[in-house]
Amino acid sequence: MDIVVCIKRVPATDTAIKIAADGKSIETAGVTFELNAYDEFALEQALRIKEQLNAGSVTVVTVGPKDCKKQLDDALARGADKAVLLSTTDWMYDGMQVASALAAWIKTVPCHLVLCGRQAVDSDNNQLPANLAGRLGFACVTEVGKLTLADGAFTAERDIEGAREVVACKTPAVISCQKGLNEPRYANLKGIMAAKKKPFVEQPAQLGARGMEIVALSLPAPRAAGKIVGNGAGAVPALIAALRETKAL
Amino acid sequence: MSNILVIAEVRGGAAKRPSLETVTAALQLATATGGKVIVVACGSGLDGACAELRKTGAHKVVAVDGPAFANYSGDGFAKAVVEQCAANGATAVLMAHTAMGKDLLPRVAALLDAAVITDVVGLGHEGGAFTAKKPVFAGKATMTARAAKAPFCATVRPGAFAPACSTSDAEVSKAATPAGDLLAVVKEIVASAGGKVPLQEAKVIVSGGRGLKEPQHFKLIEDLAAAFGPGVAAVGASRAVVDAGWRPHAEQVGQTGKVVSPPLYIAVGISGAIQHLAGMRTARTIVAINKDADAPIFKVADFGIVGDAFEVVPALTAAIADVMKGK
Repeated sequence: MDIVVCIKRVPATDTAIKIAADGKSIETAGVTFELNAYDEFALEQALRIKEQLNAGSVTVVTVGPKDCKKQLDDALARGADKAVLLSTTDWMYDGMQVASALAAWIKTVPCHLVLCGRQAVDSDNNQLPANLAGRLGFACVTEVGKLTLADGAFTAERDIEGAREVVACKTPAVISCQKGLNEPRYANLKGIMAAKKKPFVEQPAQLGARGMEIVALSLPAPRAAGKIVGNGAGAVPALIAALRETKAL
Repeated sequence: MSNILVIAEVRGGAAKRPSLETVTAALQLATATGGKVIVVACGSGLDGACAELRKTGAHKVVAVDGPAFANYSGDGFAKAVVEQCAANGATAVLMAHTAMGKDLLPRVAALLDAAVITDVVGLGHEGGAFTAKKPVFAGKATMTARAAKAPFCATVRPGAFAPACSTSDAEVSKAATPAGDLLAVVKEIVASAGGKVPLQEAKVIVSGGRGLKEPQHFKLIEDLAAAFGPGVAAVGASRAVVDAGWRPHAEQVGQTGKVVSPPLYIAVGISGAIQHLAGMRTARTIVAINKDADAPIFKVADFGIVGDAFEVVPALTAAIADVMKGK
């Protein structure tokens, strides 16, 4: 099974966001970037499927600026066979453009399965997997917490509001991965050395026309300063009184 | 081509509340575009849901009803919705940002080659272009965006709009399910055990963190949640305790968990890492209990108690139980 894993480079989740002077992007000075947390589960699942079948390939791809090479190299070191950078100059937030660019490229390579994280934790769009599947005509299951492959078809489990769905899914498919699906491995020294010899392809992304543009980015109003009502269990009556006064109880 | 189409989510024969909220968003948008609101429901046995959906102020309800749609299929439903977009001159398609909405709406957008903006909390139509406001970076910032083309697809964050309700009676029509094989189909829905309140629907969330020291001490958190009475409070957790395997990921609040906005949020033994604060800072009232008076959680909390969770929480549980008895 030839597997494509879509990844994204995002600001680390402990970043305090500041708005840049243009009012439309974030200040990146001093920001640490990392592999999107959910994409780690997608990559791990791809490696496990390849190990289970003892055949096929894992190609990791991203749409973004050249700085993404670090995250692609990390994926190679963890065990992916090949990395592809569909290069752009900007931060990618436009769901339609990213899906079009990935679909255009995937159509040129052998691919039976696309694995993605459930969402990128920067733009929080949560739309790429199903959009990509629609463009490719693939089956799709999103936010998957358990995945099994048997006889060329998947059984996927996903949490919905207050319940869990079990989905029968044909191949080719796009599956988006939720935390809990697996425990991702990290690169070891041997993997890092091996990664240097693996194929790395860079080509411009076929973005097509824009679907949307950012008018402004703003920070939410800070919460008004609260108060410490007291210390220890003795402060409980004061807390209850404060909650009743503000109609929180 | 100025109509707004809403995809209604029907489960257990009834329309989900976030779908009714999405109709409200669509009605506002239709006023700006000068179009009508068409609600499309997909499923099998939709009469009950349609009776509810026709009383929302929508102009028309279409039920794509048939045994082939007895269970949800993203690709099957998307095909049906796209047929209805063409039949009804839709320039925009809206759906609630739920598990189903995130699975279905982007596929519809792909088939329409539409602009797509998700998890929106505000919508507009200015100078012929759709505009939307949405939280990014888990709510650490808000993006205002303009669609560069039509059609336009958006998912609407649950709770951002009031549910639609009207005395009007919209016309209801039926459509056949589209032909063709389904690629992915739900074969079973397993309800979560013990009638637990879903985190995002809870009126109160009591969350625990590392300060509880041991996984079994989450009993304190569960007892406090239970004190609010059945069906009111849910248990949440910090990333640290989920990563440590103390609690399931379904309970994680924060940037890599759930973003929640309950009327009351009680954080126990949670220091308040940036990624946790991003997930709960829009709660109406925040209470923090932590033994470290300098913990960042106190900067966002409305009310704080500095103290040992093992002393404070049982006392609070007893006090809440007393208050609830009096109600």
